[in-house]
Amino acid sequence: MSGALVPVVVVFGVLFGALTVAAGLIWLERRLLGLWQDRLGPNRVGPFGLLQPLADMIKIFMKEDWIPPFSDRVVFVVAPAIVVTTVLLSFAIVPLAPGVVVADLDVGVLFFLAMAGLGAYSVVLAGWASNNKYALLGALRASAQMISYEVFMGLSLMGVVLLAGSFRMQDIVRAQERLWFVVPQFLGFLVFAIAGLAESHRLPFDLPESESELVAGYHSEYSGMKFGMFFVGEYLGVTLISALIAVLFFGGWRGPWLPPLVWFLLKTFLFIVCFILMRASLPRPRYDQLMKVGWKLLLPLVLANLLVTGAIVLAR
Amino acid sequence: MLSILRTVWEVFRHLFRKTVTVQYPEEVVRLPARWRGRIVLSRDPDGEERCVACYLCAAACPVDCIALQATEDDRGRRYPEFFRINFSRCIFCGFCEEACPTYAIQLTPDFEMAEYDRQNLVYEKDDLTIDGPGKYPGYNFYRVAGLAIGGKDKGEAERERPPVDPRSLMP
Repeated sequence: MSGALVPVVVVFGVLFGALTVAAGLIWLERRLLGLWQDRLGPNRVGPFGLLQPLADMIKIFMKEDWIPPFSDRVVFVVAPAIVVTTVLLSFAIVPLAPGVVVADLDVGVLFFLAMAGLGAYSVVLAGWASNNKYALLGALRASAQMISYEVFMGLSLMGVVLLAGSFRMQDIVRAQERLWFVVPQFLGFLVFAIAGLAESHRLPFDLPESESELVAGYHSEYSGMKFGMFFVGEYLGVTLISALIAVLFFGGWRGPWLPPLVWFLLKTFLFIVCFILMRASLPRPRYDQLMKVGWKLLLPLVLANLLVTGAIVLAR
Repeated sequence: MLSILRTVWEVFRHLFRKTVTVQYPEEVVRLPARWRGRIVLSRDPDGEERCVACYLCAAACPVDCIALQATEDDRGRRYPEFFRINFSRCIFCGFCEEACPTYAIQLTPDFEMAEYDRQNLVYEKDDLTIDGPGKYPGYNFYRVAGLAIGGKDKGEAERERPPVDPRSLMP
């Protein structure tokens, strides 16, 4: 393979890989939720129901794609694309194996945080453009939730950055040669996992959506593939957070015997399953509880963690 | 915090439990004997149809899905000229079975009646009538209620009990 082709292969590999995983998650999640509820889950389409995402895709493309006449049309159409775009852009900095990364930015962690921040626009604009009170309520919640959890998310990663001495993802993985960062940065890992859940507004923290109170929250008015985009974005977000937990705290591609890429994928898969397990088992907190835990518990914790880590790094 | 972790662990353990799903088309569902499914018209042990076309089932039906027309044979025995049940309306409440004085109309444990054409859900008497006595083997309405024939009223034959007084409260 010629040298110029490698980046192209990596870029398209990551793009298609991420989208395939996100589609596959539809099947995986429903299957796992089924098993955890003593059901079977989808097992009819293809072997083990593996072609279920394909059937869902065909169905959702056939659906009427309705744009409400009272909506802000342009924003309404653009909003679902934003979440998919920002999450896909974040995948650019995830190192799959030594040297295999789309963009080896020296501000990798910051780039991810910036993209996560932009992702909030998708939800807020979708809720606003829908011109629907439930959608607006969902968007309000989403904006508050995502903005406040971004704070701890960023701060929880600073410990890792301090220890590794670099924002570059590959350097962070290399710095975990002797010890995975989950051990010295256990608090950081916990807070990052919780904030990641909240950031991708997955089930324990799906207050922007909360179908039991807000119809479907910010995407109440969406149908067809625009609705599908929000879902693809959500599953991409789950994959991204899982991949980042694997890279930042569990040594990324590092591991014995197996090739690096396999280790990375295995770890990512494990955390995806953990995300789904959280969804299967935990109820949704009340909105004030969510905010209280965020600002009164996680923020002091993560600040203390940052201070102690900083002191230790200075003392060395 | 501990309770949350315990919850997560408990849910995770369900991965290794046996699932309760019945894989229906491949696995046969065992329906209870009193399941209210497809409606049939049964026959008495002598092979005669039990229905006496009293219209009670049609009157009891809350969705008016039963239609019939009474007529008499040459011995004066009432029977339905036609008997029609529209299963696209039927709600399988079983009121017709409860109303029937002769155990003729019965609900059976069978629900596999899907059709592509809605019109095929209208069952005529030939589709409804079965060859057996259904849930009540050995029951013959006229053996219990008596039968008036020329020159003899109900309960007047030898060793025949007097007919039940339907207006009395006593059993």
